[in-house]
Amino acid sequence: MKSLPEITNQVKKNLIWKSIFRRDYRNTVRDRAQAVFGNVFLHLHPVQVRESAVKLRFTWGMGGITFFAYLLLIITGVVLMFYYHPSIDQAYTDIKDLEFQVPFGVILRNLHRWGAHFMVIVVMIHMFRVFMTGSYKAPRQFNWGVGVILLVLTFLLSFTGYLTPWDQLGFWAITVGTNMGAATPLLGYQGPFSEFLHITPFNDVRFALLGGALVGGNALLRSYIWHCVAIPLIATILMFVHFWRVRKDGGISKPQK
Amino acid sequence: MNPFIEIITQPDNIAIVIMIFMVSFFMVWAFQQAFHNDRLLAAGLPVDGENDKFVDTFKPLVRIELIIALVVMVGLTIWSIAVDAPLEEIANPTLTPNPAKAPWYFLGLQELLVYFDPWLAGVVLPSLIVVGLIAIPYIDINPKGNGYYTFAERKWSIIIFSFGFFVLWLLLIVIGVFFRGPGWLWYWPWQEWDHARVVFEPFRDLSSVVGIDSRSLAGFILGAIVTGAYMIGGMVWPYMYWKKNNPEFLTKLGMVRYITTVFLFITMMSIPIKMVLRLVFLIKYVWITPWFSI
Repeated sequence: MKSLPEITNQVKKNLIWKSIFRRDYRNTVRDRAQAVFGNVFLHLHPVQVRESAVKLRFTWGMGGITFFAYLLLIITGVVLMFYYHPSIDQAYTDIKDLEFQVPFGVILRNLHRWGAHFMVIVVMIHMFRVFMTGSYKAPRQFNWGVGVILLVLTFLLSFTGYLTPWDQLGFWAITVGTNMGAATPLLGYQGPFSEFLHITPFNDVRFALLGGALVGGNALLRSYIWHCVAIPLIATILMFVHFWRVRKDGGISKPQK
Repeated sequence: MNPFIEIITQPDNIAIVIMIFMVSFFMVWAFQQAFHNDRLLAAGLPVDGENDKFVDTFKPLVRIELIIALVVMVGLTIWSIAVDAPLEEIANPTLTPNPAKAPWYFLGLQELLVYFDPWLAGVVLPSLIVVGLIAIPYIDINPKGNGYYTFAERKWSIIIFSFGFFVLWLLLIVIGVFFRGPGWLWYWPWQEWDHARVVFEPFRDLSSVVGIDSRSLAGFILGAIVTGAYMIGGMVWPYMYWKKNNPEFLTKLGMVRYITTVFLFITMMSIPIKMVLRLVFLIKYVWITPWFSI
């Protein structure tokens, strides 16, 4: 019978273990630093942070929670995509299948739905926190702007996802929402001055959004692609910029007087 | 069942109830810390975090991130087990629900449709909100209050932002979710929704209040004068005020920043003004032109 330290030792001497974890962790200053910059997921962080970054009361962890919600939505979203066809013949029955056929389908959809609501809430609170601590001030002006765009993209992600179940709720919410596009000055057929540009219901902003003059199959496909591919791509790139700039602008803001 | 209980227990509306609690909690926490720091500043003491030491990221920060992630995950899982996402009837273009509501985070904008035409409420104002938010760091020249909670050092920026965020954004969302029923009419929580209810409100335009047809040339000119007076007066009056009382501030602000700030501010304030005009004085339009109406 071997003791636990002996077993651990044997596992750690193993070639496979050594190939994954290059060095032993001995809780020295060097090792604690190495744990951060030697790890692709953790190296977003600096090796050391100020105490405020660790205490909850300054940041409330809201930015991190928003990012966590985003990751959760990507994971549940990808799994949902396995069960979904973006066509008006199948979309609704696919959701019904999730409810009655797919193992854990209900909870999968619930997690995606409530996670989305949650992300919208926490991203707004994150913005409120950054405002209240004056963290948008120099040198972080640009990153605040990136954050505002990310806030808008969060709304749009949720909005485009609304139509995908192809039920009455989504259909009419999208109808109400995209009707606003028709009111765009110059570029919407009901908007002011649009007659000067010969704008009709068939060449205006709303037509571009829906891929038609009414919410139909093309609108479903467009919202699906915006929702699953285009906006996540843009949002992910902007998140890289956002996190990068947090580091480059000096980390979590600190009192400057 | 009580209509209010029915509304707040609708699956999608539980999120709004959660939002109300979360936002209230963090609002109190933020202002409590702000007033705490204000007391420290008044006593000449360093504010919270000013003398921060550095700690290792691994493990203090990584640990707390993991804990938060677990708490959030457990919370969302419980929420997902307890409440099922709604799925209504299959989409039917021939059957319009009444009221047809946008997703909840856009209901503040939908609420604006009561007071403004769609090109303003749905396109121009939302665009200006985004532009205005991005502009904040560039027009706020107050160097104080950078990196810590404070109220005393940046009173006006916090008051204006809070008014926009809590009243014009969140309160209008709550109204849109809980107080708007069929025909987008106002329903108190204890009232039953009545689909046959019709409210006749004798709406008038500003110029018809003084007896001029708002679609006549005189009405057009009167509307233009009132709208122009609001915009130009709103642009000029703060200038005069600061010129007299705080010329230094005006010089520091500069012309471009001044125009941007004041334009965004008077545009924002036109929302509550138009609400009062509409709700109290039953005025629909201030200015009617052949192309658009305000």
